[in-house]
Amino acid sequence: MLRPRRKLSLAPNYLILGLLVVFALGPLVILMFNSLKSSAEIAQNPIGPPRALAWSNFPRAWTIGDFAVTTRNSGILVVGTVTGVLTLGGLAAYSLARLRLPGDNFLMLYLLVVSTLPVWLYLVPLFFLWKNLGLLNSRLGLILIYIPLNAPFAIFLLRSYMVGLPVDFEDAARVDGANELQVFTRVVLPLSWPGFLTVGLVVALGVWSEFPLALIFVNDPDKFPVATSFFKFTSRFSRDWSLTSAAAVMMLAPILVIFLALQRRFIDGLTQGGLKG
Amino acid sequence: MARIQHEAAFSPPRKQVRPRQKRRTFRKMVVPWLFVLPILLLHLVVVAGPSIAAVYYAMTDWSGIGPAEFIGLQNFQRLFFEDMTFRRAFRNNVVWLGIFLTVPFLLALLSATLLAPVQRGGMLFRSALFLPYILPSVITANIWRNLLSPTLGLGAQLAKAGVPGLDRAFLGLPSTSLYAIAFVDNWHFWGFLMVLLLAAMQNIAPDLYHAARIDGANRWQEFRHVTLPGIRPTLVFLLLMTAIWSFLVFDYVWILTQGGPAGSSEVLGTWLYKNAFNRFEAGYAAAIGLTMSSFAILIVGVFAVLRRKGWEI
Repeated sequence: MLRPRRKLSLAPNYLILGLLVVFALGPLVILMFNSLKSSAEIAQNPIGPPRALAWSNFPRAWTIGDFAVTTRNSGILVVGTVTGVLTLGGLAAYSLARLRLPGDNFLMLYLLVVSTLPVWLYLVPLFFLWKNLGLLNSRLGLILIYIPLNAPFAIFLLRSYMVGLPVDFEDAARVDGANELQVFTRVVLPLSWPGFLTVGLVVALGVWSEFPLALIFVNDPDKFPVATSFFKFTSRFSRDWSLTSAAAVMMLAPILVIFLALQRRFIDGLTQGGLKG
Repeated sequence: MARIQHEAAFSPPRKQVRPRQKRRTFRKMVVPWLFVLPILLLHLVVVAGPSIAAVYYAMTDWSGIGPAEFIGLQNFQRLFFEDMTFRRAFRNNVVWLGIFLTVPFLLALLSATLLAPVQRGGMLFRSALFLPYILPSVITANIWRNLLSPTLGLGAQLAKAGVPGLDRAFLGLPSTSLYAIAFVDNWHFWGFLMVLLLAAMQNIAPDLYHAARIDGANRWQEFRHVTLPGIRPTLVFLLLMTAIWSFLVFDYVWILTQGGPAGSSEVLGTWLYKNAFNRFEAGYAAAIGLTMSSFAILIVGVFAVLRRKGWEI
C-alpha cells in the first residue's frame, strides 16, 4: 500500500540530486571543453562547448609543461611509494593479524595516535633532517616520507582484511614446513590481493595528487612531480586557459580512467575502508 | 593526505588457537617484530622523531642553517602577544572551521537523505557526487580560478545574461578571498562526507522507517527521529575529523592566493610555511606548528576520553 506513494515521491529527490550532479560535474565538463578550444575562442566563449576542436593544445601543453619529465617523476614516486607501503605495511599487517605480536595493542595505539599528528608539527625538523641527509630534491627522499605517512592506513586496512581470512591454508603451509615469511608471500598475499589493490589505488591517487610536501621537499624542476609542475605552470600561463586546461586534463586522465573502471573499490577504499575496517 | 583512522583499532586481533605447535621463544617473540620493524623504524625517523624535536626547536631561535639558540618560551610570547599576522591567521582558521563544520555537512546530509531511498541509478549519483573528491587540489583550484574570473568566469556570463553582481574578483578582494577559497575547497570535499553518511543511512533498519510511517511521520520527522539518531556515531566522528583537517588547511589557500591579498586569507599553515621557508625563522615556524597541532591533539584527546566514558562515538 505504501509502495506507489513512495515511488511517486522520489521525483523531487531526482530533481535536486540532478542539480547537485550538475554542480559537481559541470566545472569538470567546462574544463574538458576549454582544453579543446583555441585561445581566441575562449575569449569569446569561456564556458560553452567548443565550436572548433583545437587538439593541438595537448601536444603544446605536453611540451611546454615538460610532461615527459614530470609524469616520469610522478610515476617513480607512485611506484616507489606503493611498493614500499604494500611491502612494509603488508608485513606489519600480517604480524598484527596473525603472529600474536607481543605488544600489538601498543603498536596499534602508536600508529593511531602518531599518524594523527599533523604534518605541520614535524615538518620543520624533518625538512632540516632531510637537508642534512642529502635527501632534499630527491625522489627517494620524497618516497621515504610518503611511505610512513601512508602506512598506518594501509596497515589498518590490510590487517582487518587478513583477520577475516580462514586460517586453514596458513596452518597447512606451516605443517608443510613453511616459515612465516613464506606463509605470508605464498598464502596470505594471494588471498588478500583485493585489500592490497584497494590500498594501492588509494596510495597511488594520493601520491599522484600530493602537493604540499612535493612543493617543500623538491625545488629542482628536473625532479618536479606533475602536481607541483602543474602549479608553477598555471602561475606562469594563467592567462592561457586552453594551455592550462589541456595540461589539467592530461594530469587528470589516469585518475579518471582508473576511477571509472574501479569506482566501487575506489570509493570504498577512500571512505569505508578507513572508517570501518 | 588526510584520512579517517580505524575505529576498531583499539580492539586486539582475533587470536587463533593453535595447540599443536610448541614454538620457541624466538619464533614467538622476535619473528613478529621483525615483520613490523622496517615500517616502524621509518615511521619513527619521519614522524615521531621530528615531532619530538619540534617541541625543542619551538623553544629556540633558529634560522634552519646554523645552530639553534635556546630561548625558552619567547617564541610563544611573540606568537600570542606581538604577531598580528598570527592573530589574523588564527581568526581566519576559526572562520574556516566554522564554514567546514556546517556547509559541507548540510550539503552532504541533504544529498545523502535524498539519495538513500533511490534504487534506480543510486550508484551513479553516488559516483558522480563523489568524483570531485578525487581531483588533485592543483586542478580543482585551477578550474575554479577560471570559473571565478571576473571577466570570463561564471559571474561574467551571468552579468552578460542580465544577472549582475557576481562578476567580481572574489579571490582578489580582501573581503571575499577567504570565503572564495573555502567555497572551492568545499566543492571538492562535500561528496566525501556524502558517501560516508549515505553508507551510515543505508545501515539503518528499514523497519524503523516503516514504523515511523505508520505513526504518520512526515519527511522531516522521519529525518529527525530515525535518520539522525541512526547516523549519529558516523556524524560525530566526521565532525571531529573535519575539525582536525580543516584546521590544518594549506593546499587551497597556497595555490589560490598564498594568503593574500593583504593577508586577508592568511591561515596558520601558510604563515608557518612563510616563516620556515621564506623568512628563515625555522624555530618560530616550529612554534606555530606546535600551536596548530595542540588543537588537533586536543580534539583527538577529547574524542578518546568521550569514547572511554562510554559515548557511542
